[in-house]
Amino acid sequence: MAETVRIPAPLALLAELTHRCPLSCPYCSNPFELIARERELDTDTWADIFRQAAEIGVLQLHLSGGEPASRRDLVELVEAAREAGLYVNLITSGIGLTRERLEALDAAGVDHIQLSLQGVRAETADYIGGYKGGFDRKMRVADQIAEIGFALTLNAVMHRHNLDDLPRTLEMAVEMGARRIEVACVQFQGWALKNRGMLQPSRAQVYTAKATVAEARARYRGVLAIDFVPPDYFADYPKPCMGGWGSTGLNIAPDGTVLPCHAAETIPDLTFQNAKDTPLSEIWYNGAAFNAFRGTDWMPELCRSCDRRDLDFGGCRCQAMALAGDPAATDPICRKSPHRALVDAAIEADTVPAPGQQFEYRKL
Amino acid sequence: MTANRVPVLPRGVRCHHDKVRDANVLLAPEKVLMLDGTGHAILTSVDGNRSLDRIATHLAEVYAAPKSAILGDVIEFLDDLAAQRLIDYADG
Ligand code: SF4
Ligand code: SF4
Repeated sequence: MAETVRIPAPLALLAELTHRCPLSCPYCSNPFELIARERELDTDTWADIFRQAAEIGVLQLHLSGGEPASRRDLVELVEAAREAGLYVNLITSGIGLTRERLEALDAAGVDHIQLSLQGVRAETADYIGGYKGGFDRKMRVADQIAEIGFALTLNAVMHRHNLDDLPRTLEMAVEMGARRIEVACVQFQGWALKNRGMLQPSRAQVYTAKATVAEARARYRGVLAIDFVPPDYFADYPKPCMGGWGSTGLNIAPDGTVLPCHAAETIPDLTFQNAKDTPLSEIWYNGAAFNAFRGTDWMPELCRSCDRRDLDFGGCRCQAMALAGDPAATDPICRKSPHRALVDAAIEADTVPAPGQQFEYRKL
Repeated sequence: MTANRVPVLPRGVRCHHDKVRDANVLLAPEKVLMLDGTGHAILTSVDGNRSLDRIATHLAEVYAAPKSAILGDVIEFLDDLAAQRLIDYADG
């Protein structure tokens, strides 16, 4: 008999305002087929979406991209979101934010800024971001953010090329006046998966990073809150992706397509609805893509009978798709998965860098 | 004396009434904390002027409960938030 799933109201909305970005990080979470400016939603449509989101229970709005500062109406969008009653988090590389714009964003009511960090020095950061001069500009923006007094989280995306700089990364967060840092090891979807051979850290780097984080949490207690996302290939169990499919939040692409997670479009056979045509509450509660992996009915027996099923929900559907070719399989990260050997083989293959290997940067 | 410290909500952290769930919540960077009655009473007494001691006095009056027990709860609750950088202390 089919279970009835009680669907909780969503807490968060991630609005990908645009796919445009001056950077071209090789692990970007945007899809391969980027949406062009002409297809982006206009200001009023986003404002309406924000109101609908608040009405169905969303509390926090993450304004993301691409680079959200590439939208000329960013300040108006923030005003509309605050008017709707949402907590506004701006996720930015900092590029495109001037002192004047930051002051306008402050007045409009941005609650919190999450600044991405590609590396701790220009050489690494500009190589990763594929944008010369980006690091210096980011440092200037960081100073202005501190001067204005925004609440700041530094979002450091870590991989083979910068994991050894973790101690300095943490120091920089403190120097910038960040109250929080996310040390997020690259998750291998989309562009990152394409570049896995260039990004996967070594086992030794991962062990050292874990020890650094444990030590730093004690040392920076009350100074810097540290959230650590370890690289899941080196784990025994998968991560509780999205806190369970269709349980916590939704993502909206620049053209209005509503997704259960940013990578959901990599799963064939799912159909997605657009917020331009369908009310958000209808999509959240009755949309086929949102219901596809809710609850436990879709799970393979391995997960359904496992005592961790309410902890990790069988892991990431997009990863199961990418590695096992089946979105309804147990996440191959899991030691119990029949596909775990693929992950172990990938670690072996990827951590011996091939000579002459190059990044494939994200591009429009 | 620790009870003289003055707790204050920093930027990026604020109380909010969630109409949809009919609940009081604390909104913070990448975090939503659902507040119970005690948590909400403590946080709404945090105004940037009152010390921990005065917050406990205030709550003891409102709830007609012994101040010594309340002070312990207030300090425990707010110290935990401070460790996560969700409140700051100014010296009183
Ligand atoms: S990951 Fe890099 S390229 Fe992608 S949106 Fe963020 S800053 Fe731009
Ligand atoms: S079998 Fe499924 S539920 Fe159990 S730990 Fe592995 S992924 Fe999680």
